[in-house]
Amino acid sequence: MPFLELHGVGRTLTRLDDRPLTILSGIDLSIEQGDRISVVGRSGSGKSTLLNLLGLLDSPTEGEIRLEGLDVSQFSNRRRDLTRGRDIGFVFQQFNLLHGRTALENVSTPLLYERGATFWKRTAIAAEMLERVGLGNRLSSTPVQLSGGEQQRVAVARALVRRPRLILADEPTGALDIETGETVMALLDEIATASNAALVTITHDPSIAARAHRQYTLEDGGLIARDLITPDLISRGPVTRAKLSGCNS
Amino acid sequence: MTGLLAACVGSVIEAWTELRVHRTRVLLSLIGVAVAVCSLTSVVALGDIAQQATIESSERSNGRPAALSLSLQSQDDQPTDDALVQTAWTEALTRYDVTFASRIIPRQVDVQFVDGVAAVTSTMVDPAYGAMHRVSPEHGRWFTATDINRLAPAVIIDERLWARLGSPDLALNPTISLFGVNPVTAVVVGIVKSPPYNLEPTMFMLNAAYSRIESTLQAATVQPAHPAYELWVPPENAADLMTHLQSDFTATLGEGTIVSVNRQDYAAYGQDPNLSLKLLVSGVSVLLLLLGALGLLNISLVTIRQRIQEIGIRRSFGATAARVFFAVMMESVVATVAAGIVGVMLSMLLVKSPWATDLVSQGATDLPPFPLEAAVLGLGIATLVGALAGLLPALVAVRVKVIDAIRY
Repeated sequence: MPFLELHGVGRTLTRLDDRPLTILSGIDLSIEQGDRISVVGRSGSGKSTLLNLLGLLDSPTEGEIRLEGLDVSQFSNRRRDLTRGRDIGFVFQQFNLLHGRTALENVSTPLLYERGATFWKRTAIAAEMLERVGLGNRLSSTPVQLSGGEQQRVAVARALVRRPRLILADEPTGALDIETGETVMALLDEIATASNAALVTITHDPSIAARAHRQYTLEDGGLIARDLITPDLISRGPVTRAKLSGCNS
Repeated sequence: MTGLLAACVGSVIEAWTELRVHRTRVLLSLIGVAVAVCSLTSVVALGDIAQQATIESSERSNGRPAALSLSLQSQDDQPTDDALVQTAWTEALTRYDVTFASRIIPRQVDVQFVDGVAAVTSTMVDPAYGAMHRVSPEHGRWFTATDINRLAPAVIIDERLWARLGSPDLALNPTISLFGVNPVTAVVVGIVKSPPYNLEPTMFMLNAAYSRIESTLQAATVQPAHPAYELWVPPENAADLMTHLQSDFTATLGEGTIVSVNRQDYAAYGQDPNLSLKLLVSGVSVLLLLLGALGLLNISLVTIRQRIQEIGIRRSFGATAARVFFAVMMESVVATVAAGIVGVMLSMLLVKSPWATDLVSQGATDLPPFPLEAAVLGLGIATLVGALAGLLPALVAVRVKVIDAIRY
């Protein structure tokens, strides 16, 4: 059974003048354990909205999202929060480390929402995770004392410390130089592979997107498999493309 | 259960980390709370000391609750029959099982000093007088029943008289010479504080001892006795006893003597003498506390708006709305409790400082310990202020949309 499935998912917002604005429409996507998926798209194409839906941070206005076969719309807010904390890890473009906290505190923060032995051993677990991302000697450094690459590695450690089954990376290399970006992606790949987690990366960078097994482009609210995009398809319009994206999910 | 414990501990850790990271901001906002808690706690504690001082002062002059005073006045200006009165007094004490009672007779007694003879204002009392009027000697001791039969009468002198005698060591059993036809040597067994209202030396002597030596003193110093009779009885029995004493003495002494029995202790008036002062200072403290809470609330709200992104990030880790609400509340409560503890500690230092104690106690001897209820009140109010000041920011934090917050 897929870990996460999107069936005909759409997201429409209401503008200030009450007119609807469709961001996403008819998205079908299936994510299995160990998948490597990349999504590229222009600014405003709905990449982050898709990421929010995948991360249970937002709800679709049409279609359904199933997590291990269960309809997520039936989840209470609390269950969504708990599921997100337990099964989904986020890596953000701007790292979003907690200001004023050390690397160790940043990585151990998600473990504050754990229970049992994991909660009580959170510092040791966080230190071990920082060791894995090569920051064992920077445990006491605060974000301002770390380089961009180091900050993103802390963010990666923080996203993975609860051993999520799905890692959502939003422009993870957007604020890094090419070389550091490659290093961070290699690290993400390595750790995701080690824990058999699915990795969904949203990026502008074709070389980062190319690392994924499945590559998609978001355009006009639809998700299109990269290998199906042809000049002929582009001329046919978004409805056809949405159908095609469903065939590839 | 362990999950709940982890959630609670986790929330406290989150709150504490937040306070540590923003310590300067927190410190500034909590100064007002700490000062307010300190003043409120100090008011309660100093109020207790002041109240005790007032009570002791009142008890020293009028006796402890319930202090009954019996006075006798002849309608035809003829002196009352002392022997008859004494018999009635002794019978009444036995009949009503009164343990603490004293006749009080003021006298002027001539004392031989190195520079001549001087009259000393003296009060003849029974041994129970000391307990009834909170007389606690600075040095030596108060009278005991064994002092009644001493050949050399025991006296308790005040500090002025002691100084005039050259402040002799009590361990050497200093004596004073009571001047008279046949001078009498008395032994000083205790020294009490000089009453602030009297600049002349004073002393106490037992009635029984004085009655034995009265005839040997100079005729000029012998004055007619106008004894006052005082009793210290349980307050719940006071009203009945007053009625019984009135009727018993009237029956014994006849209609020609006006017998009046009154209650003279402070409790008879049933009002806290410090009530208005306490209300005033408490009002000021509460106002100060409200200002402190308002400042805290203001800063908390501004800070929450600055922390929206951080709250969004925490929500992305799996922090539930309830957890965020609790953490923000805890942050405020932990901060104000810490401020409350500081406030209470400052208050203890202030209240227990010799300067404050001397200023408020006015010579009270049984100083109450730092009142536990004042500390609890201070901490309780600090917690309440923290909870109230944290409620609004916590509600704002819960309403934050995760998606918007992360991109804030």
